[in-house]
Amino acid sequence: MQIQSLYQEIILDHYRNPHHKGLREPFDVEVHHVNPTCGDEVTLRVALKDVGGDPVVTDVSYDSLGCSISQASASVMSDLVIGKPVSEAMRILQEFLDLMQSKGQAEPDEAVLEDAVAFAGVSKYPARIKCALLGWMAWKDATGQALDETTGQAS
Amino acid sequence: MTLDVARIRKDFPILDRRVRGGRPLIYLDSANTSQKPRQVIDAISGFYERHNANIHRATHELSEEATAAYEGARIKVAGFVGARDESEIIFTKNISEAINLVAYSMSNASAGAPAPDRFRLGPGDEIVVTEMEHHSDLVPWQLLCQRTGATLRWFSVTPEGRLDLSGLDGLINERTKLVALVHQSNVLGTVNPVRLIADRAHAVGALVLADAAQSVPHMPVDVQDLGADFVGFTGHKMCGPTGIGVLWARRELLDEMPPFLGGGEMIETVWMDHSTFAPPPHKFEAGTMPIAEAAGLAAAIDYLNETGRESIHAHEQALLGDALTQLTGIDGLRILGPTEPEDRGTAISFEVDGVHPHDVSQVLDELGIAVRAGHHCAWPLHRALGVQASTRASFYLYNTHEEVAALIDGIRQAQKFFGVN
Repeated sequence: MQIQSLYQEIILDHYRNPHHKGLREPFDVEVHHVNPTCGDEVTLRVALKDVGGDPVVTDVSYDSLGCSISQASASVMSDLVIGKPVSEAMRILQEFLDLMQSKGQAEPDEAVLEDAVAFAGVSKYPARIKCALLGWMAWKDATGQALDETTGQAS
Repeated sequence: MTLDVARIRKDFPILDRRVRGGRPLIYLDSANTSQKPRQVIDAISGFYERHNANIHRATHELSEEATAAYEGARIKVAGFVGARDESEIIFTKNISEAINLVAYSMSNASAGAPAPDRFRLGPGDEIVVTEMEHHSDLVPWQLLCQRTGATLRWFSVTPEGRLDLSGLDGLINERTKLVALVHQSNVLGTVNPVRLIADRAHAVGALVLADAAQSVPHMPVDVQDLGADFVGFTGHKMCGPTGIGVLWARRELLDEMPPFLGGGEMIETVWMDHSTFAPPPHKFEAGTMPIAEAAGLAAAIDYLNETGRESIHAHEQALLGDALTQLTGIDGLRILGPTEPEDRGTAISFEVDGVHPHDVSQVLDELGIAVRAGHHCAWPLHRALGVQASTRASFYLYNTHEEVAALIDGIRQAQKFFGVN
């Protein structure tokens, strides 16, 4: 079946055994995002730490309800961003966004996206791109808020 | 009379399509939108090719023909649902607009537009809906309550997917101004006892609106028998085009209600500081209306009438019985709503243990089977049933028992693919 290009084994593995699932302490910001077309939802927490003026993602945890794509994507995303400087994590996010908009035409860079390259097939299914982005958008929102708070505290 | 489904299928060009790399299309998403027979497609292109003009406002021959097509559609719709005459039929863009028309007319009355008290709402007044409403028969009433200070109340749904009518007399009381409910649920398939509820509502002086989007396409509906004061439905779910919906209302109500949208065609006289309005139905039809769509809707009604609404209903009930029996035979599958065909339409929503509805529908899509996954614009209903989302298959006159079998096989493949069963 062609569908195997969508449901790569890596995706199914993350779906069955999601990483970093379950809300953890400590955290700076918690957000709740939903996909209004299907009701999928994610509650996601981010903890940042300032390392010499360069904030680093020290932790991401989440609780979620949703399809295999949205669950696996949140799992892969947290693996990718935890421990990275925010600036680098944001670049990975942009790379993932580009991949999602590629309509199946892009050659994803495994050095940057690691397990997230498995989502290349999702970009051929427009209805599922939102599923793949649910966790990423929640992380972006939470991280943005956490940065604002840090800046707010500094000033 | 038995339906000749093979012959019917030939009328629907899209059913010949291949999808997802060559698989024959199995279209089980008619509760979302129905497919269109050649007769409807031809009526629309024929209108544009030969009769296109604006209506009611020119004296040339094309305009006469276009007006005749548009007003002829109104007469056809009136006959189709048993209206007293065609002035009780308002064309809208869809049923959401039909419901909003009533809500905003009441809103305008509440804000001071000349109208009898029955259309005015304020603090202390109540609107009653049900937990199984489509968002389009829920959100307009939430907004109306926000604007007027009225209170929204609702019937809850039993675990079996029927309305809990045990509190009927308390819920609908002397404070109730309007009761809005779905005739046939787009998720559960449940057919609600509109008449029973309408009788109680009328006993306390309340108005009743029935959302008949899912019933009118599938069974004979007579607005006099139904007992509501307002009935809305939409063309695209009944073999007609998108872009046209219908509000039926009793004429005396339409006479008294303030307009909803202002603009051309809905007026009687206009001065710089005020206007007076045309009699119904034109009072509620501002601007250029969906004229070609009306011609298409008329063709759809002819098609359903010629095919036979009783025969269509009987065929669908047979498919429904078959589907319910086979679906209940799948381990780990739970149907939302009644599992017996009585008082039930052909939309069947279900959950599959361990496989998210998006994933079920993706596997079905791969097999050429089109279904819908999500909350089907009925999020509160899913919440009430403790379900995050569901997969929905829905049947219409062109579906076959072979397609039911393909659905069952597809669900089993999805279970296998995701390692369930």
